[in-house]
Amino acid sequence: MSLLPSSIIRSLPALALGLVVVLVWEVCVTVSGIRPQLLPPPSLIVAQGWAFRELIWLNTVPTLIETAAGFTLAIVTATVAAMIIDFSATARRALYPLMVASQALPIVAIAPLLVLWFGFGLLPKALVVALVTFFPITVGWVDGFATTELAAANLLRSMGASRWQLFWMVRVPGALPSFFSGLRIAISYAVVGAVFAEYVGAKNGLGIFMQLQQNSFRTDLVMAAVAMTALISIVLFIATYALENLMAPWQAEAKDASPPL
Amino acid sequence: MRSPQLDVRGIHKKFSDRDHTIEVIRDISFQVKTGEFLSVIGPSGCGKSTLFNIIAGLEPADAGDVSVNGQQVNGHTESFAYMPQQDLLFPWRSVLANTTLGLEIQGVPLPEARQRAGALFEHFGLAGFENRYPHTLSGGMRQRAALLRTVVQQRPILLLDEPFGALDALTRMQMQEWLASMSTDDGWTVLLVTHDIREAVMLSDRIVVLTQRPTVIAATFPVPLPRPRRLEVIADPVFVQLEMSVLRALQPANPL
Repeated sequence: MSLLPSSIIRSLPALALGLVVVLVWEVCVTVSGIRPQLLPPPSLIVAQGWAFRELIWLNTVPTLIETAAGFTLAIVTATVAAMIIDFSATARRALYPLMVASQALPIVAIAPLLVLWFGFGLLPKALVVALVTFFPITVGWVDGFATTELAAANLLRSMGASRWQLFWMVRVPGALPSFFSGLRIAISYAVVGAVFAEYVGAKNGLGIFMQLQQNSFRTDLVMAAVAMTALISIVLFIATYALENLMAPWQAEAKDASPPL
Repeated sequence: MRSPQLDVRGIHKKFSDRDHTIEVIRDISFQVKTGEFLSVIGPSGCGKSTLFNIIAGLEPADAGDVSVNGQQVNGHTESFAYMPQQDLLFPWRSVLANTTLGLEIQGVPLPEARQRAGALFEHFGLAGFENRYPHTLSGGMRQRAALLRTVVQQRPILLLDEPFGALDALTRMQMQEWLASMSTDDGWTVLLVTHDIREAVMLSDRIVVLTQRPTVIAATFPVPLPRPRRLEVIADPVFVQLEMSVLRALQPANPL
């Protein structure tokens, strides 16, 4: 497989830039003698993150579960909503403004209410994740459906296709590239959504872990948890490309559908 | 004497919005016999595509009837295999899967659809490209695949809407010569809409020339040259004379 070396070569600029930032950070902290409670040096974050790896991992698992549950909920909701919007112009006029309004809700205000209503379990976290991620996925589908050309619809009609056949044979496959663009935007919000929901109230998870460490002035461990969050987001982002190659192989063949990482 | 297979009678069409009504088609009637190749040619914006969609059953006419073998088929698509201007090969389907689309929609089982379409690949010069994706094909091959998709539906009448409009001049000429021999050998009944005079003369038994909007028939020309025609026919005096006549009929306001 020549895939691995080329993807490493592509990642080189990002890795190099990251390394420079970390080095500058390390040097500045060391030279200025700033207290690690305010700004810990990267070396300390890595060392303490490693020392507490089991605890961090124990708190990572619930965050991953919440992200997965919320994101699945978002994909299902978005797909159903997009289909309803596509099939009925009335539904489109009814639903779209409400959806846009839902994106204007300040999560800071909503999340505590959700915890109040649904307790400290999985549900309120999954709902927060779904709330911040379903909109880009819906827009991805709806815009994708709209790319169907009139000529293509006419061709299918001339063949005697039903509306449902037109939908499955032309509109859905034609919408996939746009759907995946929406999915990629959404996935980058998903983990942050879960962490934020935990911040409001949870038994465990990276969000509540960050809050506890913050309260005991362990800024190094807060940063280690932040790094973990970033890592998950990057892995999930890359996973969307793998999924796209699986679901829309013609795209991969027609253009280079590899992650820009 | 061959019977009229397609009978288009008294077609009329207006488009209206709030303030304006545009009369697109005033009165068009013509017939196409079984095995005949008829071209409809007209200036751009004359409502060729509207007429085409009305015949194909995709758009309603305000007045008039479309009949096939004596049966009125207004608004019905079943008698016609339709080939639009763009090839409209779907990028997510292999070439073979694109050509079986119409059969799948008709409910033909997939193995049988593949077998029926696959059997025509050699004839259409596409052998070996069954499992390729459309973007790997040349413009001419894509158009042949689109025509295969149209023909394999085995409907009585082929409707071709400027099928070679998007091709470069040389490929277009090759495709016209190829279509001339295919349609003659296989005895297709074809209605071709075009704005290319040479294409119309090259391929047709008869040419119907349309006027500007509101569209009526300006003239009808039989093409007294034996089919199938090879490319050399474009130098034949009869061919040249006919091209000139069609051109005059298209531009009555400023005679050449």
